[in-house]
Amino acid sequence: MEWSSWYSIIFNFILMVIACLVVAGIGLLHVAYLTYAERKIIARMQQRLGPNRVGPRGLLQPFADMIKLLGKEDLTPSGVDKPIFWTAPLISLVCAGTGLALIPLWSKFVLSNINVGLLFILALSALSSYGVILSGWGSNSRYAFLGGLRASAQVISYEIAMSLSLLSVVLMAGSLNLQDIVKAQLNTPYKIYIIPQIVAFVVFIISAIAECNRTPFDLPECENELVAGYFVEYAAMKFSIFYLAEYFGMIVMSALAVTCFLGGWAGPFEIPYVPFFWFLVKLYLLLFFYIWVRATLPRYRYDQLMGLGWKVLIPVALANLFVTAVFKLIL
Amino acid sequence: MSPLIEVTKKDVVSETWEEPFYLNMGPQHPSTHGVLRIVLHLEGETIVDCDPIVGYLHRGVEKLGENLNYNQAIILSDRLDYIASVANNTAFALAFEKIFNLKVPRRAQLLRTIVCEMARICNHLLWLATHALDIGAMTVFLYCFRDREWLLNVFEKICGARLTHSYVRVGGVRLDFTSEIIDELYKFTEEFPNRILDYETLIDVNRIWLKRTKGIAVVSAEEAINLGLTGPCLRGSGVPYDVRKFRPYDAYEEVSFIVPTGKNGDTYDRYRVRMEELRQANSIIRQCLDKLPETEGQPVVADNAPDLLIPEKRKSAVALPHPKKGYFFKAKEEDVVPPGEAFASIESPKGELAVYVVSDGSNKPWRLRIRTPSFVHISAIPDLTRGHLIADLVAIIGTLDVVLGDSDR
Repeated sequence: MEWSSWYSIIFNFILMVIACLVVAGIGLLHVAYLTYAERKIIARMQQRLGPNRVGPRGLLQPFADMIKLLGKEDLTPSGVDKPIFWTAPLISLVCAGTGLALIPLWSKFVLSNINVGLLFILALSALSSYGVILSGWGSNSRYAFLGGLRASAQVISYEIAMSLSLLSVVLMAGSLNLQDIVKAQLNTPYKIYIIPQIVAFVVFIISAIAECNRTPFDLPECENELVAGYFVEYAAMKFSIFYLAEYFGMIVMSALAVTCFLGGWAGPFEIPYVPFFWFLVKLYLLLFFYIWVRATLPRYRYDQLMGLGWKVLIPVALANLFVTAVFKLIL
Repeated sequence: MSPLIEVTKKDVVSETWEEPFYLNMGPQHPSTHGVLRIVLHLEGETIVDCDPIVGYLHRGVEKLGENLNYNQAIILSDRLDYIASVANNTAFALAFEKIFNLKVPRRAQLLRTIVCEMARICNHLLWLATHALDIGAMTVFLYCFRDREWLLNVFEKICGARLTHSYVRVGGVRLDFTSEIIDELYKFTEEFPNRILDYETLIDVNRIWLKRTKGIAVVSAEEAINLGLTGPCLRGSGVPYDVRKFRPYDAYEEVSFIVPTGKNGDTYDRYRVRMEELRQANSIIRQCLDKLPETEGQPVVADNAPDLLIPEKRKSAVALPHPKKGYFFKAKEEDVVPPGEAFASIESPKGELAVYVVSDGSNKPWRLRIRTPSFVHISAIPDLTRGHLIADLVAIIGTLDVVLGDSDR
């Protein structure tokens, strides 16, 4: 091979690494300030102040939290299955965070533009349940064990509803590539898929909340019954990795909803030099919705949750898929 | 993992035997309302059996009370149910007044009724807050605390304390209300019904709330009586028993209020009963406030009420004729308190709180016995939880409204 092609490979590789680091950094920053936003918004809804001591208006609170968690003693309780105990948080984090690589931030920027992007994200979120199950199993604690069992049942059943709701989007777009899905949306009369696919959107949002273990479906980590659920034995950095994974999961799921239902980066008019403006606006709206739900709703019971998943969401998503397929066939 | 039960070899060998799954909930657990410990026998998530263990907060209040004089013993009552401490004060004071044969002035009776109902509102607000938090509704918690804070500030103005008031004393109350307090309470009673509506809009018709509370821990009227439940837990099952109506004390005869009851005896009905009681308590406070000007300037403590430091024996001089001339005087010891026994019970926010006291004539109760609602309610937990899920256990502990200070004494 010639030297010039080697150069271009190395150049592309370095470019890729830099792009990855930038996206990961931005993602981490979003996670940090999502925790801050959550605390502030919920505080506002509950008539309190929220964090306001570290930095102006408490803006440096996420960093203070991070330093505190890093400085804590990394306890490993005796009797745990050490390899499993150590790998479980990493599995959670990697599976939750990798999804960011596939989301098209604007028409010319996506880290990995693969043709099975949607399938890959679904596979990742299915894999992330391993982090929960293994941590529940490896902790050698009864609370963690019950939390892990709940999580595995919940994640698996809601995975189905989520995939079915996304399948109808795939049917309409005719592609699994996320970039193509956005472009296909822009060719439709409404520019977004939420208008014909409102049912799928609702099913997707509900299952995404369940998938991220957020209120009202936060049974695996249900504070009031199982103390903290599957990560009850974790401390310091390992605990914060679970925390990171949860918020990464929220961001990826919201980004997926923006891509598949809300028209991705497209907006009513273009903002010069900020091509990802509309993407971020939609993303933040969805994240705000997550937080809003958390401040408002009580928690489902385990059997009621499974009932909702299997008896309501999956049939609705299936019917929606069927109707979409029929329309696709006729038109 | 150490087994909680002895497993015989025969059991292990037999093919059908499975090791039971035990879960130890508490004493350090966020939703057992203090230091209640419950050992659960689970099958999956279903509770086969459970065993509540109390006593982690035992301070020996009854025995301590027997070593303090009557006025000092009232201070111990604050530490029973620390959420509604004036209600406990009142129960103690009523029993002691029967021993002392005291007649409480009318103004003091009205003031006691007002603070008792304030305590009821405080208690029910805290109950609603924690019950909703147990079920997962976080916002209700802070809304309730906001309004409880208001009442605690009023309490602070009344007697200087926010939680352990010791406001009621034998023969009346410690201090009179100032006009500032009365204005503040009028403002509160004006505003509070709107606040109740606030909470109800948050959870009353919320589908998840209904699913979590309807049909959970159903107690029939007969069962409730057999289990010894009192207060809102009993009334939720449809029994209209309320000490305030059956054996009225203080000024409850003068005020009009209804005793709300439920129909199905499930968690939702008990929730409705308590919400209705909040409204009734508000109206009782209002009625008493309206009556206060009639008694303006009257004393708030009975004239013959004992001083704070009651002497052990009263001594009086007895003149005996001297064998040679004149008299000599001999000290004769007399009882400071008439000997006898007394029983008083009140409708505390959690249920029926009863005090039984025996006096031997000295300045200290010879025997003090307290019947607290929380202790009886905890004993009802196994019967209510059998066959429910873990998530329901938390709701059931919440709906019984137990406080461990009250239970362990």
